[in-house]
Amino acid sequence: MELQTLIYLFVGGTFALYIGIAVWARAGSTGEFYVAGKGINPVANGMATAADWMSAASFISMAGLIAFKGYDASVYLMGWTGGYVLLAMLLAPYLRKYGKFTVPGFIGDRYYSNTARLVAVICLIVVSITYVIGQMKGVGVAFGRFLEIDFEHGVMFGMGIVFIYAVLGGMKGITYTQIAQYCVLIFAYTVPAIFISLHLTGNPLPQLGLGSTLADGGGLHLLDKLDSTLIDLGFAEYTARKGTTFNMVLLTMSLMIGTAGLPHVIVRFFTVPKVRDARRSAGWALLFIAILYTSAPAVGAMAIYNFIKTVQVEEVGSPDGNLVYEERPQWFKTWEKTGLLKFEDKNGDGRIQYYNDQNAEYESQAAEYGWQGNEMVKVDRDIMVLANPEISKLPNWVIALVAAGGLAAALSTAAGLLLAIASAISHDLVKGMLRPNISEKSELMVGRLAMTGAILLAGYFGMNPPGFAAQVVALAFGLAASSIFPALMMGIFLKGINNKGAIAGMLTGLLSTLIYIFWFKGWFFIPGTEMLPNTAEYWLWGIQPESFGAIGALINFAVAIFVSAITDDPPEHIQHLVEHIRVPRGSGTGMDH
Amino acid sequence: MQKADIVCTTIGGILMTTKAQDYWKANLRLVLGCMIIWFIVSFGCGILFVDELNQIRVGGYKLGFWFAQQGSIYTFLVLIFFYGWRMNLLDRKFDVHED
Repeated sequence: MELQTLIYLFVGGTFALYIGIAVWARAGSTGEFYVAGKGINPVANGMATAADWMSAASFISMAGLIAFKGYDASVYLMGWTGGYVLLAMLLAPYLRKYGKFTVPGFIGDRYYSNTARLVAVICLIVVSITYVIGQMKGVGVAFGRFLEIDFEHGVMFGMGIVFIYAVLGGMKGITYTQIAQYCVLIFAYTVPAIFISLHLTGNPLPQLGLGSTLADGGGLHLLDKLDSTLIDLGFAEYTARKGTTFNMVLLTMSLMIGTAGLPHVIVRFFTVPKVRDARRSAGWALLFIAILYTSAPAVGAMAIYNFIKTVQVEEVGSPDGNLVYEERPQWFKTWEKTGLLKFEDKNGDGRIQYYNDQNAEYESQAAEYGWQGNEMVKVDRDIMVLANPEISKLPNWVIALVAAGGLAAALSTAAGLLLAIASAISHDLVKGMLRPNISEKSELMVGRLAMTGAILLAGYFGMNPPGFAAQVVALAFGLAASSIFPALMMGIFLKGINNKGAIAGMLTGLLSTLIYIFWFKGWFFIPGTEMLPNTAEYWLWGIQPESFGAIGALINFAVAIFVSAITDDPPEHIQHLVEHIRVPRGSGTGMDH
Repeated sequence: MQKADIVCTTIGGILMTTKAQDYWKANLRLVLGCMIIWFIVSFGCGILFVDELNQIRVGGYKLGFWFAQQGSIYTFLVLIFFYGWRMNLLDRKFDVHED
């Protein structure tokens, strides 16, 4: 069958499935709308959490990042998975025991303060909105590329789909759709990975293939061959460290703490029936995530290897070593059309040279070969996963599957984020602070309206991206790490933290992180408003802005403990509340507090 | 809230409180142990001692690189399930389990 027909079939089929599930799993009560009635099986919840967590960035961008950064990209692999250890041991079971619907709900009650609740609501909304904008953009790009409709219509179509199942089904609908979306996205990710690994190394498991010998008969290990090829072309070794150890440690820590502090992930653990389910469910979530995250390093390494092999057909420097441009393969032409792959014949020899022309030591070598600059003037990282099936000459249905998988990843994350925003507004802001006597039916209505508003806002920004889409991710993780995670953890583990300490801690953690990022990236990311150039010599103790979340968290902890020590102890009923949270028994009654 | 109040009721209150404290201490010990392993495999093996470990090879992998891109994730997984299993045992031992 023709590729375009197949794509319509796959994407259309999966969408029909999502909407069918939404209609079947309509939410009738606020409990169902916010936390799916707390009736989700822990394995199913783990699967839904995995889909919730793995966004368009994990599906499309991560392998590309690994391909071009090599070992240094390990910070993302460890950071985005290690956070689940923190979540499982420090937060999830206790928050489930407490049994509220939302993250600000816990913070407001534990610190007996509406100010604390409001600070938490603001953090949550900023974190979630920045995230959801990226998802909408991802949906638009995927639609545009695969369905050949323009970007704006792609975003609008995506908004419509999310609207139907998120607004109608609430958490209940979202959870069941996410389970279906997980199956689609993991299948779409692993099938090409297995084929490529089999093709290159003869080992069908990508996790093992990455450490295997190449199947070309040379007997060399894939990673060794990649290392030596990159050095021959003036790049750094794939498996070697390029950044500083200090920043790698800090960035990994910030991503871990930030992951554990993301509200849309935390809230997933409110949906399981028991405390012990919350502990287990985090493990299941990580298992389902790990299937993709341990394949990604193989996909990345094999993609860059395949790419270089395509361009550098023979030995580096030999007269026929480089691919003749006119003989480039079909996928090369397809991606050139999108502008994401660009060639410029700088030395006019009609052949393609891809090498590191920023390396001063390599310059004389390149000149000797007659090369006058890197001729692959643009190789977008994001095409690595999307072009992989074509590079490996896989059948058309695999390409259609990848299209459906990318959309599933973006849509599932967007829905989870929108729910977190909607519940913060309707449950914490309206019911918790403005109109405590609101009826359940009206609260549900406000929740659906808030979600509609959030979809429209996200769609608007998705179509008119503020130009800093990549940078806001750093902001989202930094804020979650510096404000939400410490407040939650201290609320459980330190009985003596009072309202003043918590508020002071959250505000100093939040503001220090925000200011540090804006200081080097411009106020609200507006170009030209940076206070200092964003380079290592100006950073405070060499800390890059992306890594500051861990420092912000440290400041939060220190300030909260100090302020609590010099002010009153929390009231007795709050201390009892903390004791109550620490013990699993009695979780079933939690909902009626 | 009612069941938690049992912890603080006067009859056997002191007994319950020390038991709850012992339970909490046992929990903290377990968490601390898991956190140390969590730190060693990711920050230790994956970043701080990566160059030393890279001298050792397992198949085509340099060991430090393997920890950073594969091994740490597998260890995280084992840790979470181990923690859940041990906590269930603790819950029963201290009679604070659900149901």
